[in-house]
Amino acid sequence: MITLLVAEHDNSELKLDTHKAVDAITKMGGDIHVLVAGAGCQSVAEHAAKLQGVSKVLVADHDLLAHGLAENLAPLVVDLADDYSHIVAPATTTGKNFMPRVAAALDVEQISDIIEVVSSDTFKRPIYAGNAIATVQSEYAKKVITVRTAAFDKVSETGSAEIVSLEAVADAGISNFVKQELTESERPELTAAGVVISGGRGMQNGDNFTLLEGIADKLGAAVGASRAAVDAGFVPNDMQVGQTGKIVAPDLYIAVGISGAIQHLAGMKDSKVIVAINKDPEAPIFQVADYGLEADLFEALPELETKL
Amino acid sequence: MKVLVPVKRVIDYNVKARVKADNTDVDLTNVKMAMNPFCEIAVEEAVRLKEKGTATEIVVVSIGSKSCHEQLRTALALGADRAIHIDTELNLGSLQVAKLLSKVVEEEQPELVILGKQSIDADNNQTGQMLAALTNRPQGTFASEVVVEDNKVAVTREVDGGLQTVSLNLPAIVTTDLRLNEPRYASLPNIMKAKRKPLDVKVAADMGLELSSKINLLKVEEPSQREGGVMVESVDELLEKLRNEAKVIA
Repeated sequence: MITLLVAEHDNSELKLDTHKAVDAITKMGGDIHVLVAGAGCQSVAEHAAKLQGVSKVLVADHDLLAHGLAENLAPLVVDLADDYSHIVAPATTTGKNFMPRVAAALDVEQISDIIEVVSSDTFKRPIYAGNAIATVQSEYAKKVITVRTAAFDKVSETGSAEIVSLEAVADAGISNFVKQELTESERPELTAAGVVISGGRGMQNGDNFTLLEGIADKLGAAVGASRAAVDAGFVPNDMQVGQTGKIVAPDLYIAVGISGAIQHLAGMKDSKVIVAINKDPEAPIFQVADYGLEADLFEALPELETKL
Repeated sequence: MKVLVPVKRVIDYNVKARVKADNTDVDLTNVKMAMNPFCEIAVEEAVRLKEKGTATEIVVVSIGSKSCHEQLRTALALGADRAIHIDTELNLGSLQVAKLLSKVVEEEQPELVILGKQSIDADNNQTGQMLAALTNRPQGTFASEVVVEDNKVAVTREVDGGLQTVSLNLPAIVTTDLRLNEPRYASLPNIMKAKRKPLDVKVAADMGLELSSKINLLKVEEPSQREGGVMVESVDELLEKLRNEAKVIA
């Protein structure tokens, strides 16, 4: 039994999602090989070779793979599939994009977003926006799986796997990368941060998010938002925490002016400690918070920033 | 340009799913059903393409029991021209759905297929990508903007770090994210008109495909509930708790 894990990276940096996916695969058992597909991604491959439990790193370094286009990445994975019992990727927007294309090409039903490994063929995954947890078993000889990384721990970097270069990457010739507009931030990424502070509709507008940013800078935290805040146009969608946004599980999650819709809870309820600041004592967020503070956020936030 | 929009009948967005007492599945008896919200966005996008003169015909398709006629009629009321119902009582996986849809694509030859990125019941997020694989078409998933121009479609995608734009050769597959558009409501005259629009029925079992799933649903449970904690009186008390009790800040 050997698993192929497709690494999450941006050509210069290996993402922690990869470390966490290795943890999930370790629980399935067997050998682990990691595929690093990208352009100018040698340093990522060297980093991946250190992940505890990984025995081989395959590198496909080619301009056609620079931006993870599913049309070019999926055939590469399909070509490698013969040697593997499991094909796994983190359930990031990259993994969610190309993995079903791999699964269909292999005529296998994919199991998305696993949060627990029961055995090498049986997994738990959330359904109905996290309102139910399904245990599913795959009868396929080859399993195609995406991992909800927030549900797993990152493995250490104490290994030293061999690195093998792959040749021959084909251009499907049906799609092109045009441009990327990534949010520039000095703060950690939402899914990797140890502390997350999020604002909801109670923030009233986008400018007031600076109140969260001051605190975030003191705590080394990432700044998130509820879907209500995104829908209201306060902040961009890539800040959204929730079932339709990012799933996070930091050590500390601070929800400010967020009522606590099911949709939002699905994205943060696995955080170790949850703090809620809201002026409405009936807000459902208080039912999941370890520490609730009923207060006007416009008074509480400046005070919190000063006293940190 | 012909646009195909697959739509799914699912539990209404505002209803909280309950797990059956015997843990075999979610209980959908007497639960309000509706069109999957991401599918509504897909229908809306197709209608806007038609209003711009880009699309000439919108065909909607749904797979399931006869009750999905309700969602097909809704799509017709929103502006689709005709509907196809693929009749089956089976609980299909995304791969089987994609295979059935690929047959429809083969027959209808749409230049663009627009689907929701995921359904809010199974939350798989697979069907569009699988359909793209099976029809060997390019895919623009999690779209927040779709621009059709010169035999290509530019799709701006919601990705983890921000936005990515890709250019796809037509014919192509697009899946919708939340910010693509805000779906309209059907007007009463359009609801009445929709009743006279064509709705063809095909039988899934007659389409020559293996439809049984090899993923077994062993159990469905309630998620572990998080216990609420304590209310604090002040910012000072909150900081004291976080520093000394939870020990999550210095």
